[in-house]
Amino acid sequence: MSLFSKRNKEVLTAPLNLDNPVVSQVLGICSALAVTSQLEPSIVMGLSVTVITAFANVIISLLRNTIPSRIRIIIQLVVVATLVTIVSQMLKAYAYDVSVQLSVYVGLIISNCILMGRLEAFAMMNGPWESFLDGIGSGLGYAWVLVVVGFVRELLGAASLLGHEIPFISESDFFHNGMMTMPAMALIICGCVIWAHRAYNDREKK
Amino acid sequence: MEHLLSLFVRSIFVDNMIFAFFLGMCSYLAVSKTVKTAFGLGVAVVFVLVVTVPINYLLQTRVLGPNCLIDGVDLSFLSFILFIAVIAGIVQLVEMVVERFSPSLYAALGIFLPLIAVNCAIMGASLFMQQRIQMDPATSSQAISDITDAFVYALGSGIGWLMAIVALAAIREKMAYTNVPKSLQGLGITFITVGLMAMAFMCFSGLNL
Repeated sequence: MSLFSKRNKEVLTAPLNLDNPVVSQVLGICSALAVTSQLEPSIVMGLSVTVITAFANVIISLLRNTIPSRIRIIIQLVVVATLVTIVSQMLKAYAYDVSVQLSVYVGLIISNCILMGRLEAFAMMNGPWESFLDGIGSGLGYAWVLVVVGFVRELLGAASLLGHEIPFISESDFFHNGMMTMPAMALIICGCVIWAHRAYNDREKK
Repeated sequence: MEHLLSLFVRSIFVDNMIFAFFLGMCSYLAVSKTVKTAFGLGVAVVFVLVVTVPINYLLQTRVLGPNCLIDGVDLSFLSFILFIAVIAGIVQLVEMVVERFSPSLYAALGIFLPLIAVNCAIMGASLFMQQRIQMDPATSSQAISDITDAFVYALGSGIGWLMAIVALAAIREKMAYTNVPKSLQGLGITFITVGLMAMAFMCFSGLNL
């Protein structure tokens, strides 16, 4: 069996579009909405979740035959919590500003449903390499939604991207829409992303 | 007393778990199809919050904080693991107690009870509590300086969450009769509804007690 057989490719790419964790399965919404008022924290959050999902998947998949099924939730939580602690300390050390902006939401990766969902549904039944690919795929599927929402909100809310002001646009008043930085607009933009995604996929099917 | 009242009202309306911080969104969207189940889940969340936040408060101030267990050592980096262990343990315990003493409530809550362990609202309340310990109670009405404050904060956030999920469930029950564009049906329109509700809740943000 090659490392990138047909099935493995599917495992990696399905969560990016059709099985997207945020848009189709409604998992991990909490952090997807809360951190996206700017682009930079969205990217950092997306990457952190990708890394944590991939490694938690590998660890659980290696341990899957030794975990008694009654206490598997607690074991999964401990593995995830350990990885999240490591990531959170790394962020504090190397990207302090972003870690302050993300505040409690880094810790909340522990209770992110994407992680528990993938561990429970995939890693408990598959080998380490497939699980790793699945983790990367799900994480990136989550990350692109965050980046899209973060991009729209920062562009329209502050007329900047990644903290750099965009010279031509920033003169227009429309691009300083304070509403965009409020929590309410995150929900509405996310709703529109879901709408567009579904409409596109419905048309593809026909 | 004034501080407690202000903390309570603020945590229900201003710092609402759903509309201000999006915590517990997954189960909020998944379980808000009928008012009855939504109410059951809301009560379970209030209960678990009220039990776990004070326990985590004691852990944070007596065990994890700077100079608590060992002089000169700050164990706060262990808080994620300890908090989630406490939450998972308490949820398991609550499940067993409810099953033993009130089988009817147990049947009504069903699968929601174990799922609360991974509800972000529970973990989120503990993490916010950890942040708020450092605030000064004299200047900030959000500060949590003893275990009563932690209890009141947990109760307020829980009631805020309960109110939000019951409101959304009631709207969704009525929405079944409306004509929504096909690809917006279900999840998409729910998001937009919650967005509009959050916008309405923004008018509480100037509330000062």
